[in-house]
Amino acid sequence: MASPAPLPPAEADPGARLVLAEHLLACESAVACARAVVEWLARRHGAPAACLGPGDGAAASVCLASEGLTVAQQASLTRAWDAPGSPLAAFRTRPGARGLAADALEGAVMPGGFFAVPLGRSGAPAAALLVVGLPGPTVPEDVAWVASSAGPLLARQLASDARGPRRPEPDRLLRRVINAVSDPVLLTDTEGTLLFANGRAEGLLVAGPDASPGRMRAVELNQRLFRETLAQGGTAVHRREVPLVDPLEGMDLLFELVTTPVLAPDGPSVVVSVLRNLTDLGRATQALGESYRQLRATEREARSERHRLDRVLDSVADPIILTDPTGGMVMMNDPAERLFALPREEGPSGEAHLRRVRANDALFASFLANLLGPVNAGVSRWKSQLTLDDPSTGAPVPMEAMANKVLGDGGELTGIVTVFHDRTEVLERARLLERVKEVSSELEARVQSATAELAEQNELLRRQAIQLEQASAAKSQFLANMSHEFRTPLNAILGYTNMLLQGVSGEMTPPQRRNLTRIDSNGRHLLEVINEILDITRIEAGRMPLHLSDFGIPELLQEVMAEMDPIIARSKLTVETQLDEGLPGVWSDRQKVKQIVLNLLSNALKFTHEGGVHVAVEYQNATGTVAISVKDTGIGIDVSNQEKIFEDFQQVDSSPTRAYGGTGLGLSICRRLAAMLGGRVSLLSAPGQGSTFTLHFPRRARRT
Amino acid sequence: MTNTPEKPKPLVLVVDDYQDAREMYAEYLEFSGFRVAEAKNGQEALDKAFELVPDVILMDLSLPVMDGWEATRRLKGDSRTKGIPVVALTGHALKGHSEDANEAGCDAYVTKPCLPDALVDQVKKMIARREAASAR
Repeated sequence: MASPAPLPPAEADPGARLVLAEHLLACESAVACARAVVEWLARRHGAPAACLGPGDGAAASVCLASEGLTVAQQASLTRAWDAPGSPLAAFRTRPGARGLAADALEGAVMPGGFFAVPLGRSGAPAAALLVVGLPGPTVPEDVAWVASSAGPLLARQLASDARGPRRPEPDRLLRRVINAVSDPVLLTDTEGTLLFANGRAEGLLVAGPDASPGRMRAVELNQRLFRETLAQGGTAVHRREVPLVDPLEGMDLLFELVTTPVLAPDGPSVVVSVLRNLTDLGRATQALGESYRQLRATEREARSERHRLDRVLDSVADPIILTDPTGGMVMMNDPAERLFALPREEGPSGEAHLRRVRANDALFASFLANLLGPVNAGVSRWKSQLTLDDPSTGAPVPMEAMANKVLGDGGELTGIVTVFHDRTEVLERARLLERVKEVSSELEARVQSATAELAEQNELLRRQAIQLEQASAAKSQFLANMSHEFRTPLNAILGYTNMLLQGVSGEMTPPQRRNLTRIDSNGRHLLEVINEILDITRIEAGRMPLHLSDFGIPELLQEVMAEMDPIIARSKLTVETQLDEGLPGVWSDRQKVKQIVLNLLSNALKFTHEGGVHVAVEYQNATGTVAISVKDTGIGIDVSNQEKIFEDFQQVDSSPTRAYGGTGLGLSICRRLAAMLGGRVSLLSAPGQGSTFTLHFPRRARRT
Repeated sequence: MTNTPEKPKPLVLVVDDYQDAREMYAEYLEFSGFRVAEAKNGQEALDKAFELVPDVILMDLSLPVMDGWEATRRLKGDSRTKGIPVVALTGHALKGHSEDANEAGCDAYVTKPCLPDALVDQVKKMIARREAASAR
């Protein structure tokens, strides 16, 4: 591979020289340059030739190129060139080519004699020595030309080579080309010892002395892997896979190794290996697989989404139909299928069923045609009332169909979604509402007539109430008049009796006086009855209004005691009063309270023969109630009579022969008066145990 | 009680249409040391009052020809008689009568039946009040 292109034969001098000259100009290293020269001379003259030049650094000189010479002969030549004082060494400083005899060199490397040609810039020591096995003495023309033309070139190349490592290696151009190859390219011997590696290959398999330990190890591993792989397949052209490690990243890499054995022109065969990185390919494959999996997943998702959508659509009770822009059916949910799809198997209704489905389809088609027509091009939504037939029963199904255009990203029509809404219920509800309205208006009419009737009744009642009131007023007036008519004669009776008893008409005998006294007491009783009847009449006629005022109970009680004093004195009973401390003032009708207490106290005195009467006043803060109780040690009242005594004209003994005086109206009046105050009169008694009558009334009366 | 020897006995005009009552009160008043004039109705009461100018008038309210309220109003409306105390007498115990009587200008109000001695007490009270007023 390092050999330049074969040179043409050397018959035509000018042409051959031109070819060499061009070739030399293209050479990028001293070795290539030397080889070109040696080969050219060897071919033209059929003689062995060699070019000696400096080795690496201060090391011994090397044979840059040789033709027709063994390695030993080459070594012999270089040794002679390096040996100070030898005939060849003299050429380092002496310019010009000269013929030398065979014995000038030990070992008779050139048996027929030879030319030694120093190569270099004129005036400077020779950079290299060209040795050509041609007999002397005349220096052949080609040799002289070569020396003059290739000498300076070679010297320049050697100088530039001295700056970089130099060993037997491919031409610089070639090397650049190889370096430019993106795949690692290696040249090894058959054992795998590295001879040359391009940049990529060096990155994997070469570590400089100052490389990191990690890189060292990676490179060592790679070299071992590489050698092992290479050993497996022998030297034939072969493709194998070799796993290597990226020394920089530590990643696993996979390479395809293509090896080609090459027979070197001058030595043992070498092996050219090209590594092709399969890692990326593997990755790409992996990525592809991943993409595929994703695609499948997406597809699955889409399918499940579609199923989900189907389920959702089917779960909607309203029929839904999706159509394409031309009105063709795309899909429909179950409720829609029941109305618009032909049954999969023949139903019991058979022909009628089909007919109804077709009728529904036709209705739907004409509905869609409205939306798809040119008139509605700008309309995205269309609503209409359709009356479909239930395919199974033939019952009319009032529907509201609402179609929505589905537009694509570009605004183009991609489909139409139509949702049907069953209006049966709505219509039924409207019908019911109508019925409810009817019924309610009927009801209203009835209520109105009832109200009118009621109003009439009310009016009647009002008139009756007025009549009753008038009757009541008449009764009251009558009683008032009667009362007056009673009083007038009674006034004269009591007056004259009183005058007679005072002796206005002269002194009277004791029997006369006794009789007059009886007239007087009966008159007074009659007056009492008349007064009490009058009270009841006034209360019932509403002619006894409340006169509310602030007053104190103690003062009121004092007054009562003062008025009752003559009777108390006559009764010979003890009468005590007991008042709670801190009794509040009251707001009530003083006269009525007083009348009740007077009545209760006079009753107590009347029905008590011995013992006493105890009057107590309490204030119950919780209820805001004043309680005035009159407790006696009198005859007491049986439970069965305790209610009766509050009734008009009732005493326990109502017989004409009863033992006790009184009208039987007192407690009745007390109860009525207490009720006017917002209170009541209670009784606690047992026969022979005495009685306790209590007036309860609110501390603050409310005007009713 | 105010009946001093040099003064003439006070004159009481008793107005009542019911003869028994009128004469009863008149008899008892005379018995108690008063002079008494009588009238059977409101009009007569006015005539007697203007003629005699009594010290006290006992006026029954329910009277024929002219009732006691009207008669009292006229008496109180006349300068000759407006200073005479009028004690209203009535057998009507219904509420309202006393208010009407007060409105008419009565100075006191007595409900029948009223025993003669109680009435005489009332008359004496009126005369004492009048004398106390004129003494000031």
